[in-house]
This record gives sequence, C-alpha cells and structure tokens, in this order.
Amino acid sequence: MAAPGPSQEPEPREHYLNASYGIRSWLLTKDHKRIALLFLASITFFFFIGGLFALMIRLELMTPPGDLFTSATYNRLFTMHGVIMVFFFLIPSIPAVLGNFLVPMMIGARDLAFPRLNLLSWYIYSIGGLFTMAVVLTGGVDTGWTFYTPYSSTYSNSQVALTVVGVFITGFSSILTGLNFIITIHKMRAPGLTWFRLPLFIWAHYSTSIIMVLGTPVVAIALLLVGLERLLHIGIFDPRLGGDPILFQHLFWFYSHPAVYIMILPAMGVISEVITCFAHKRLFGYNFVAAAAVAIAVLGFLVWGHHMFVSGQSMYAGMIFSFLSFLVAVPSAIKVFNWTATLYKGQIVYSTPMLYAFGFIGLFTMGGLTGLFLATLGVNIHVHDTYFIIAHFHYIMVGGAVMAYLGGIHFWWPKISGKLYPEGWGRLAALIVFIGFNLTFFPQFILGYLGMPRRYHAYPDEFVVLNVMSTAGATILGVGYLLPLVYLIWSMRYGKSAGSNPWNAKGLEWQTTSPPSTENFPITPVVTEEAYNYVPEPIGHG
Amino acid sequence: MFPFPTFPEAASSIASSIDLLYLFLVGISLLMSALIFLCIFYFAIKYRRGSRADRSGIRHHSLAIELVWSGIPLLSFLVMFFWGAWLFYDAYTPPDDALQIYVVGKQWMWKIQHPEGRREINQLHVPVGQSIKLTMTSEDVIHDFFIPAFRVKKDVLPSRYTSLWFRATKTGSYHLFCAQYCGTNHSAMIGQVVVMEPAEYQMWLAGGPPAESMAQAGAKLFERYNCNTCHVGGGRGPLLADLFGSTVALENGQIVVVDEAYVRESILLSAAKVVAGYQPIMPAFQGQISETGVLQLIAYIQSLGGDSDSAQP
Repeated sequence: MAAPGPSQEPEPREHYLNASYGIRSWLLTKDHKRIALLFLASITFFFFIGGLFALMIRLELMTPPGDLFTSATYNRLFTMHGVIMVFFFLIPSIPAVLGNFLVPMMIGARDLAFPRLNLLSWYIYSIGGLFTMAVVLTGGVDTGWTFYTPYSSTYSNSQVALTVVGVFITGFSSILTGLNFIITIHKMRAPGLTWFRLPLFIWAHYSTSIIMVLGTPVVAIALLLVGLERLLHIGIFDPRLGGDPILFQHLFWFYSHPAVYIMILPAMGVISEVITCFAHKRLFGYNFVAAAAVAIAVLGFLVWGHHMFVSGQSMYAGMIFSFLSFLVAVPSAIKVFNWTATLYKGQIVYSTPMLYAFGFIGLFTMGGLTGLFLATLGVNIHVHDTYFIIAHFHYIMVGGAVMAYLGGIHFWWPKISGKLYPEGWGRLAALIVFIGFNLTFFPQFILGYLGMPRRYHAYPDEFVVLNVMSTAGATILGVGYLLPLVYLIWSMRYGKSAGSNPWNAKGLEWQTTSPPSTENFPITPVVTEEAYNYVPEPIGHG
Repeated sequence: MFPFPTFPEAASSIASSIDLLYLFLVGISLLMSALIFLCIFYFAIKYRRGSRADRSGIRHHSLAIELVWSGIPLLSFLVMFFWGAWLFYDAYTPPDDALQIYVVGKQWMWKIQHPEGRREINQLHVPVGQSIKLTMTSEDVIHDFFIPAFRVKKDVLPSRYTSLWFRATKTGSYHLFCAQYCGTNHSAMIGQVVVMEPAEYQMWLAGGPPAESMAQAGAKLFERYNCNTCHVGGGRGPLLADLFGSTVALENGQIVVVDEAYVRESILLSAAKVVAGYQPIMPAFQGQISETGVLQLIAYIQSLGGDSDSAQP
C-alpha cells in the first residue's frame, strides 16, 4: 500500500469545522483546532508576502548593477523579507499551527490549558501583523531584520519605530503560546501518558516553549530600548548619546540565536512523527532524541556571541563562544543519526510527508555541517556577513523548518480537513521544492566564500553566474510553494474522505475521527504503551 | 571545471592557511553527508514496504551506538575548534614590526591616512611583504573592513578603535568591501586595495599633494588646543614623552595601558580615567576634534617615544 485508498468509514456528521457557522463562531472560538486554522491563514498570508519580497530581491540580483530598484528600495525589500519571514512566519509556523492543533490531541486532552489565552495569542499576533503591514504600506523599514544600532536607533530614515512596536507586540503572542503549551503538557496528559511515552513532537514543543518564555522578553526589551533611543534620545546604544552599540548585539542575539531553535526544534518534532509512521517502526534511541531537544534548548542560550566574532569583542570571548557552538552541534548530529537508524529494517513508504522528511534530513545535515564552518573561528572571519551565512541559515530555516512544516501540513492534513490531498501532486511539489531550494541556495555558499557580502544591492561582475543560478532556483522554488496552496484548498472540497487514520499511524490524534469533534475525543483515552509502538507487518513469501 | 570561480584569490600570508582549514571542513562535511545520504538511500530502497529484506532482530536503542556517534563527531569538532582558534589567535596578534595605517569609515566611504601624511579615499595602497596594522574607527554607524583576497575582516565601530592586520604576498589590486550593513549606499562603500613593490610604495607615498605627516599634524593640533600648557613641563598634567605603550596607575589603584583607546578616551572624556596624582581639571574635547584629528594626536603622542611597535619612523 503505497498511498492511502479512499476510506470505507463514513465522515463524522458533526465535527469542529461544522459545529457552528458564521464569522463570529471563528473569531470568538476557544477551540484550539479553529485557532490553529486562524494562525494557518495568517501565517500563509505572511509567507507569501515575505516570499514576494524574496522574489524581488532575487530579480534585482540577476544582474550585477543595481538596475531594477533603487538602493533605498532594495534595502527595504530584504529587511521586510527578513522581518516578516522570521517574526511573522517561521517563529509561529509549526508551534502556532501544528502545535496548537496537535498538542492537546497528542496528549489526549480536550483543549489547551487556557483556551481564551490561546485566542488572545492569535489576536496579539494579528495586531503585531497589522503594524507590520502598516510599515509595508507606509514606506517600509531599511535596518535589516537585525536592527543593528546605532543605525536603527539614530541614522535610519525609515519606519523603525513602527516595526519594533509590531515585533514587540507579536513577541507576547509567542510568550503566551509557550506558556500555554508548558502548562498543558505538565497538567493535562491522559492517564498512563508518562513523560517518556510522549511523542517527540511534544518534547520538541516543550523545549521550544521554554525558549519562547525565557528568550522573547529579552528581545522585546532590546527593541523597546531601540524605540526609546530613537524617539526620546535616551542614550543606550548610540555612543554619541553615551551608549554602547555592541550592547544591542548582545541583547538581540541572546534571544535571536535561541530563536533559531524555536524554528528548528518543532521541525525536528514533526520529522520524528513522520519518519516513525512511514518507516512503520519505533524511533531509534527515543531517550536520546528527547534529551537532545532539551540539550539544544539549554545550550542554545549560551552561543549568542558567535554572531559577534568580528565585532571587536575580546578574543577569549570569541574562543569560548566558538567552543560552545561546537557543543550545541552534537545533539543535532545525534538526532540526524537516530532518524537515519530508524529507517534500518523499517517498512518504508515514499509518501509525500516522507519525501519532505527525507528532504529535511538532507538539507538540515548540510545546514548543520556548514554551521560548523561558521563556528570555526579562522574560517568565520572570512565568511562572516557574506552569502555563506545567508546560504547556511536558509538551509536550516527553509531547508529545515519550512520542509518540515510542509511535511507536517501534508501529514496531518487528513486530520485537519478530513480529506486526502492528491498524492501525485504532493510528491511532485515536494520534488520541485527540493530541487528549487538547492539551486537557489547552494550557489550562495560559493558566492560567500568568494567574498560577496550580504545585503549588497549591486555586486562585481565576477559573481554574476552564481547569482543567475540562484535566481533561477528561486522561481522554481516559488512554483513548488504555490502548488500545495492550490491542491490543498482544492482537496477541501473535492478530496476523498480520509477516515480517522489513513496512514495507519500510532499516536492519540489518529484514534479519533477526521476531522475531530470539538471535544477531540468522545471519552478520555487511556495510554498503555510507548510512543510509536509500531508492530512490524508480516512479510509475504512468494 | 566550473563556469565560475570557486576560490577568491589568495594574496595574504594567512589566506592559504584559512583555505586549508576550509578544505578540511569541506572534506569532513562531504564524508559525513555521504555517509548519511548513502545510509538513507540504501535503507529506503532495501527496506521499502513490501520488500523481502530480512528484518529480524530489530533494536530500538543502544547506548554503545549512541556513544559512538556522539563521540566521533565531538572529537572531530574539537579538532575544528582548536585549529580555528589557533588561526584566530594569529589574526588577533599583529607582528611587532607592523606598519600602522589609519582608517576612518563614514557613510559611505573609507578615509585612509598613512603615517607619512598621504591620504586616500576608498583606496588603500600597501607595500607587498610588509605587515600592516590598520587602526580603524567610524564617524557614524558600524561598518566593516573586508578584504576577501586577504581573508581578513573586522567591524569598524563608532567611538572605539578596532584593528586588523595582514601581510600581502602578491602585488595587484583587490576588492575592499564594507561587510556590515550601514544604510542606503552600503553596497557602494567599496574600494580597492593596491599592493605594490616597496620601492613603488615609497614613490607613491611621496607623490600626491605635499602633506605633513600625521605626527606633524598632531603636533599642530596639540598647540592649537593649548595642550602644551599642562602637558609640557607645567606639571598640571602628565608628561607625554615615552608614555605611549607604558602602563599608568589611576587614583583607584587600577593599572591601565596607554594605548590608542586610552589616549582617545583621555582626550574626549578626560575625566574618565585620570592618572593618580593629578586633578580632573582637563576639559573634555568630545565633539570638538574630528576622528581624524584624534588619530593625528595619537600619532603625535606615539612619535614622542614609547613602545617600539607603535613608534613612528
């Protein structure tokens, strides 16, 4: 059985999607599943806005001179791309959509611990999003998503204040979601669901939530201080006012490095679910994969200084941050090896989510290995602030996080919508995304080592071939991202009925109907086995 | 082999050692990814659903295997760390005979002055084979001085000195980039590093409009701001001869080295670190002397003797 057939079981008559109708029933819902869909709509909107900016960046860079946009416009394009993709897509993506939908279902709960707070998270996110759209419509911001001072606090003539207010507000959405997850996971697990029986998706979200709760306030304060210096000229970061510009970088990266793990840890959780399901096998080294998630969350707070190796910070600080950065690579390596070992002696199905999972492992491995280049001090000096770093973090955040997000959306789509998507289109889109991604970003590693600095509107002629390759890849990648949008929406109306468990998957979320009822489970499930307790199917002889 | 270059030109003493470490990392990466990708492909094909591969004796955990695949990467990471840190130490430690050149960044140009006095904009002329130490500061936002062919890069900060050093090994002309985003014309804050034969460099230095050396310019500023009333013979301020590079004790017992940063601070925010035995009576010159002027004063104080590695010719 390569792909699921149409289900024999009838669709449930009443479920969370048709339990009530009308705009009010959505905007005032306290159902975590509906809130997940509100987030899905919002972040999809921002993903395509951010993607449009990316496409414009790539179009400009097709030729060496800055001939399509002015420098001022180009700087706004890459800044808006970064701000939107990081704060309004990647950080909320898996936690706020899949996490919201699945955390209660995976632990056998009826909802999150604080349903109203959950709805508030979406409203706060939306208000922050409105600020950001206001920035886009009133001329944009040109500081780069990193808001380095004193450029952002004193010199920039763009909408810095409005932007930092938008990001500041959205931070609270993240904090509230994290808080909700931590309390839910502690207090609302079904009977028998001990910590070491939890799906790794839950471990990943638990670790992520810790970072959200502890880290986000720091970046919120840092951005607030930028706003204060800009509006009231209180000297914090600008040396002319008696401030220290490097202080901002410490505060910013203290959050923004762990924020990378906010983006990648939930992705790792998704991959653990998908691989076990389509290898039809328990995860190899469950305890190590779970502990690695927590280790990454903790160590991730101790490596921020590796963004500042050439900032003039002390040589010894550089060495310590380099060493700690190598340490945080170990748990990531452990995860990759355990996923690979899980395939051994499995019963592997090349379904769409599994193709995304394979793609994730490949691209995340390359992103991780190139991270080692950046942690290596001597090499970092040369590739710092070049296209090498751009390629590296896109391999982690797009090759890693977005691949896993798409894999997860496909994997749980039958549960979310009750429908099956067209499998052939799904596999084709996964392949297009993989090819387009590599063509876009692999040439950027070479560009970086050649010395092309990031955030350059115009560049010397010798870099043109690699830039054209990258732009060609970006158009392919764009097609790969549009396809799922089309066929997933199509499947909501025309897709075949999925049945409660089309993948024959373990996990509590598959034991209830698709789509689930508002209450998730008719009676609270009782857990009596380990996670991923897949039983090998007998192999036919002859 | 490819229709595009894969390595930038290697034109400094450290370039080839950085490239070697880079190649080592590329090698390890190829090895590790080949191992993982081959396993994935092999398992995915051999153990596809419905295949008759033997699946007996499945294990779900093994402490030994986990320790092996945590330990081996950790060891290789340690090699990378020490190798990288060693090169980083070199990059942080200019040789004693390095020639000083001063760089001031501003939106969006590089202003460079040689100690002999010649100035240039968006160009840096240096002699081949001679170690060069750049002392850099910015008049506005953070910039970054990046020469890909030399594999060197350092942020250039307002109100602070950073430095980088290199020894060019090949004559020619190389890219100079600002690598830290600094506003609208960031990508136009570029220039050229021109590496010349030493004799040619001397001729170049002597060419151009007649210019006084940085120390001479500093001496004039020293008079113009009446520094000599206290710092020459008077006893109200510390004497400056043979001072640069030495250590002084402050009132609170702290010992500080008289380097570029300390001199700069003592001129602009004179009350910050007053030498023991003196009163904080010196006016603060913040906002009155340009960054270039401060560098000239430092060059003048260096020319009065002191630590040999910074002394002027």
